[in-house]
This record gives sequence, structure tokens and C-alpha cells, in this order.
Amino acid sequence: MNLSAVRIGLVLPELLGTYGDSGNARVLHQRLAARGLPAEVVSIALGAPWPVQCDLYVLGGAEDGPQRQVTELLAAERGLHRAVDANLPVLAVCASLQILGRSYDTSDGRTAPGLGLLPCTTTAPGPEDPRMVGEAVVDPDPALALPPVVGFENHAGTTRLDPGARPFGTVRSGHGNGDARSGVLVDGCWAGRVLATYLHGPVLALNPALADLLLGWVVGELPELPPDDPREQDALAAHRARLELSR
Amino acid sequence: MTPDPDRWPTPEPAVPAPAAPETAAPETSRPAAPWPSARPRLGGRARTALAVGRAAAAASRALGRGAGEVIGGRTALLLAPDLLGRLGRDRVLAMVSATNGKTTTTRMLAAALATRAPLARTGAGANMPTGHVAVLASRPLTRPAVLEVDELYLPQSVRVLRPRLVVLLNLSRDQLDRTGETRKVARGWRRILAESGPNAPLVVANADDPLVVWSAGGAARVIWVGVGQPWHDDARSCPACDRLIEFADDVSVRADGAQAIAAGESRPDGWRCTGCALRRPQTAVVLERGRLVHDGQSRDLRLALPGRANQRNAVMAAVAACALGVGYDESLPALARIGAVEGRYAVHRLPGARPSGGRVPSYRLLLGKNPASWAEAFEMLAGATRPLVLVLNARDADGHDTSWLWDVPYERLAARPPGAGPIVVSGERAADLSVRLAYAGVPHRTVPVAAAAIAAATADADPVPDSTGQRADVDVVANYTAFRGLDTTRGRRRTGAHW
Repeated sequence: MNLSAVRIGLVLPELLGTYGDSGNARVLHQRLAARGLPAEVVSIALGAPWPVQCDLYVLGGAEDGPQRQVTELLAAERGLHRAVDANLPVLAVCASLQILGRSYDTSDGRTAPGLGLLPCTTTAPGPEDPRMVGEAVVDPDPALALPPVVGFENHAGTTRLDPGARPFGTVRSGHGNGDARSGVLVDGCWAGRVLATYLHGPVLALNPALADLLLGWVVGELPELPPDDPREQDALAAHRARLELSR
Repeated sequence: MTPDPDRWPTPEPAVPAPAAPETAAPETSRPAAPWPSARPRLGGRARTALAVGRAAAAASRALGRGAGEVIGGRTALLLAPDLLGRLGRDRVLAMVSATNGKTTTTRMLAAALATRAPLARTGAGANMPTGHVAVLASRPLTRPAVLEVDELYLPQSVRVLRPRLVVLLNLSRDQLDRTGETRKVARGWRRILAESGPNAPLVVANADDPLVVWSAGGAARVIWVGVGQPWHDDARSCPACDRLIEFADDVSVRADGAQAIAAGESRPDGWRCTGCALRRPQTAVVLERGRLVHDGQSRDLRLALPGRANQRNAVMAAVAACALGVGYDESLPALARIGAVEGRYAVHRLPGARPSGGRVPSYRLLLGKNPASWAEAFEMLAGATRPLVLVLNARDADGHDTSWLWDVPYERLAARPPGAGPIVVSGERAADLSVRLAYAGVPHRTVPVAAAAIAAATADADPVPDSTGQRADVDVVANYTAFRGLDTTRGRRRTGAHW
């Protein structure tokens, strides 16, 4: 087990913080602290040098303009590329799923290159297509051995996975990637230790098992949380309430 | 001189309206308005539509379905789609839009203008076109009106109603499942305000909010006012060029991922874009330590309403009133007297909240409906020791996504003063709020029904006065529909009287 503090890289929260997703970093931090494991959140700020070493990275959603800027910054910095090459866990939510893909369409009708870290592309909606907004439930890939994942999605783009690419899971309710070509709606993308989803919430606050999966990839086997820990109790209650809401 | 109650005077500012640098057009750009004294020419179709709308509203009231503003307005607009334009023509109209503070500021501006002449009755949070019909249909039809306008409806409302003046307070994330993106709202504002012409409104805008400044930047005439803005996180990147905006008053960025906390004060070097020329414009009027300062002359606000947010609202309203010809000596005393607005800041009692064997508890009601309004609520709760009840719903009018709770630094509640009362969470989405507080390290318990939560929080508490001298057992912070459910003044207000 890693005895030095686990460093959680929160990537550009000023720009990727529109939908509360910075909370994912706080959840990871607290779930380590609750187990007596030292941890710190390293906020990777605009203009600051990429930190020397983090153990995992989380990226959140953004509006169109900031999304373009983040893509340019990360493409130039290449810190996230190095992290993926080193097989470090990465969680990317919503706009960050699009950023990590091969390309995405911008609101002014151009196609922007993504970081190429995930095998997917995102296309803009037609003028008549509504945004995909609402509660969503996703059954993650069985190999991840997770309970259903709940959250709230709010996006316009449709994400298409390359042939053979793995989604994060199949959509039980909601839209996920919004790509209905195969007749089965899927959400997000999973490649190596990079997990991407459209779900906000923040997704790790509502799905403690997903948070622990990411932490397990960093520290190995996680000690049990005290059963009366209010974070665990409340997170499980919120998870149940969301499943009920989407029924 | 006794003003003719139905005649609005030609503006002669007691204090001249401050002009924004380089954006002031000569006053001749707007011809001196023929202040209406005759009945507006509505036309037969519009008159019929109004009559049918009034009947629909009356029927709705008779059935106990509320004030009937929405149904009346909707019916009338269906019958005469150009009705609003006809009702708005030939009279003085001012609009107030923002994410937060628009109801209070609308009330304040109306109170200031009413020192000069009677106004059309201001709607109770009626901020969409259907509600505007109800406000403007109040007789006589010539009276000036102040309209609260929903952020998304501002472009349409300006286009149809051609107001004389528009007040823009702030713009931040709220109900993103409805608005999509805050920047999209800003683009809509900018487009309509940049449409010039003799009927372009004068804009009174908060210079400390970059999204507001960018939105108002294309308008022909703008009065920039510095009232501060405690929430920056929707303007971290420039609305014009996407580059980083630097703020001078960021107090801290917490390493654990909580958002930056801003001092929220207005300052001349407040913010600037690192990539383009967008920066805080120069101001002639600022809010400084609770006082309105105009060209070096300082006036005390002495508001009955608490908190810095209301000081911001009051200064914006006073400058707008000044631009319409009502000087500070008249407007400020009128603003100062306002005690509660649509139930906000008022002390309420809910009979259903009686703890077993106890008396009916009283509670001070605050609105906390998005991160920026929570920033204002924290300003008001600073140092408070009363038990605290937080109520959260996620209905249509609240926005369905509760993720924004994670942009509110609830960690602050973990450091309440010694001896502070308990914290109870409640509402239809209490589970979402509870998990947020758990991760913030804030001890609390959950009581799903709000009245029971208030009773539980106040079981042993003695009423505590706050800085405004109000005595209450508990502070309640609720989001929009949760707030309405606890606002005991709602039924008593004569919201439908205009019809």
C-alpha cells in the first residue's frame, strides 16, 4: 500500500467546474481520510505548471468556450497524456469525455481535435435536436463489478465510440452518449484506467462504489469504512433515492 | 407641486445620471418622450383579449387556484399576440433582470419611483410575459411600471416592450437544466442590448460582474455602477475570448477543491481579462462600506433589509431611479423602509410546526437557490447562532439538477460559533443535501417535512435577535419552491388585484 499521501489532481477547476464536478475530488479525498489514509487534492490551476506527480486525475464539465480553451491547454501541456501513458486512473465527466476523445464539434460548427486519449468522437446536435437533460441510470460494464450508477446529464453533443471501444456502461434510463445507431444506448467510455461518463451529481458523491473503484486502482485493497460513517450512510441513501426517482 | 397621479414627469434628475466613459450618447438620442396622458390606443382585439384574460383570471381565483395571473395572461396573449407591445407603448417602463436579487430590486425601484407618481402594481415575482400582461393590464393603463424579467426572457421582453431603462445586476449559474449555459443567456442579453436605435434602453449595469459588463457592453448608453459581486466562478474565463479573467478580491482558493471565496467588495481594479481588452469599466457610483458614493458624495443607505446583497440591490435601484428623474434624497428613504420582499427576510410562524407541547416556533426565511445566492445567504448568516434549517426541492422552478450544492462552500457551516444551534436538512431532495453536508463535515440530521424540521430544530431554543433586531427561533434557508411553501405571507398578498 502506498504510504505517502495520495495526490488527487483536480484539473482546471476554474474552467471545468460548471456543474459541481469539482466535488468528485472532495469525495475521493474524504473517502481516503475516513479510512485514515493520507490524501491531498492538488488543484491544477490555469497558468500554473503541471504538478510533478499525482496519483489520479479528475476532470469535470464545462460550457463550450471554456471547453475549447481546456482542450488547447491540455494538448499543449501533455501532462494528462503522460498520466494515461503511466496507467494512472482518470475520471472524465461530460465535456471532459468529449475533450479526451479524438474530436468534437464546437458550437460554431467546426470540428476541434480532442486529446485522442479515448476512442470516441462527438458530433454537434442538429438545430432541432433537444439537449439531453435529466436523471440517468447506467449499468456499468460487468467487468467493473459496480452497482448501477446514478446521476444527472445535461449535454447537447452525441458521442460515438469507435468500433470495438468499450462504453462505461449501458443506459437503463436517460440518454448517455445519445448514439442510438446500434439500438442500445450506452454511456461514456472505458479504456485502461480512464473512465468517462456524462453523469454529473457529482457522480462520485452519489456512487460511492465507483469512487472506491478508482481509489482501489491507486492504493490496492481499501480498508472498510466504519459502517456508521455519515458520508457512507448518506451517499448510499442518496443513491437509493436517485434510483427511486428514475424508476 | 402636487403631481398629477396619472402623469409621469419629464425626468429632471436631482443628481444628474452618471454617464459611462465613452459610452454616453447625447441625450438627444432619445427624443423627450411625450408622457402619456391619454388612454393608449389598444385596439378592439386587444381590449377583447384583456377582457377575456380578466375573466379567466377571475375564474381561476374563484376556483381557489391562485391569483390567476398566469392563466389570465396566457389566455389574453393567445387571443392577441401583440397585446404586450400595445400595453407597453407610450408609457415609462423599467426592467430589472439578474440571476439573483431581481425581485427585491424591482420592489426597490418601484418604491423609489412611486415617490413621484403612482405606478402599475408590481407583480409578485411575475417575471415572464404572461405575468407582465397582468402587471401592465392594471388600470389606469398609462401608469409607469417596473417589471421583473426572467433572465431567459429579457431579449424577448426588451424587443416587445421597448423599456426606457434596463437594470442588470448579475448573471451566474442557475437552473442549468433549463438555461443550458449561463453564457448563452449572456449572449442573448448582449445581442438585444446592442441593437441600437432611438428606442434603445438606457442600461444600468453592475461593473463588478464580467458577464454583465460583456452583456451590456454593446449598448448605446450604459451607467456602470460598482456594487461588488461575491461570486466569480461563472466568469473565470472571458465571455469574449475564453481566456482567464483575474479578480483582485479573490480571498482564497481551497486546496481540497472548494471554489474560491471572494470578498465581494467593489474596487476599481476589480477584474480584467488576461487575453483581451475586457476589464472592469470606470464607475461614477459605487457601494462602499454600506454607503452609496456618487462623485465623492456619500450617503448612508440605512436599509431595513439585512445583508450586503440588499445594499447592492438598493444602490442599483437608486441609480436607476435617479436616471429616471427621482433623486437620492427622495429614493433612499423609500428604499430604506422596505421591510420584507415576497416573504424574504421576514419572520414567519407555521402553525403546523408546533413541537409536541411547545409553542409555535418562528423562523427567519432566507432564499438560497444557487451558489451565488448562497454566497449572499452566508453573508447574512455570518455569526448567527440560531438553529439552522436547510430545505431543498428540485421541481421545475428550482431546476432538476442538484449538483450545484457542491459549488456551495458548506464547509463554512462546520465552523459555526460556539453554542450555535443544531442544523437540520429537509425538503424533497434532503438526501442530496445531506450527503453534501456529510462530506463537508457538518453534523446535521434529516427531517423530510419542512414544518417538522423547523419544530425539531427549535425544540429547546429561545428566540434570538439578529443584527436587524428581528427575533426568531430559527433561520431557514430554502430554495425557490421550498421557500414558497414556507412563506406564510403568500396567501395574504393581493397578487391578483390588477386583473
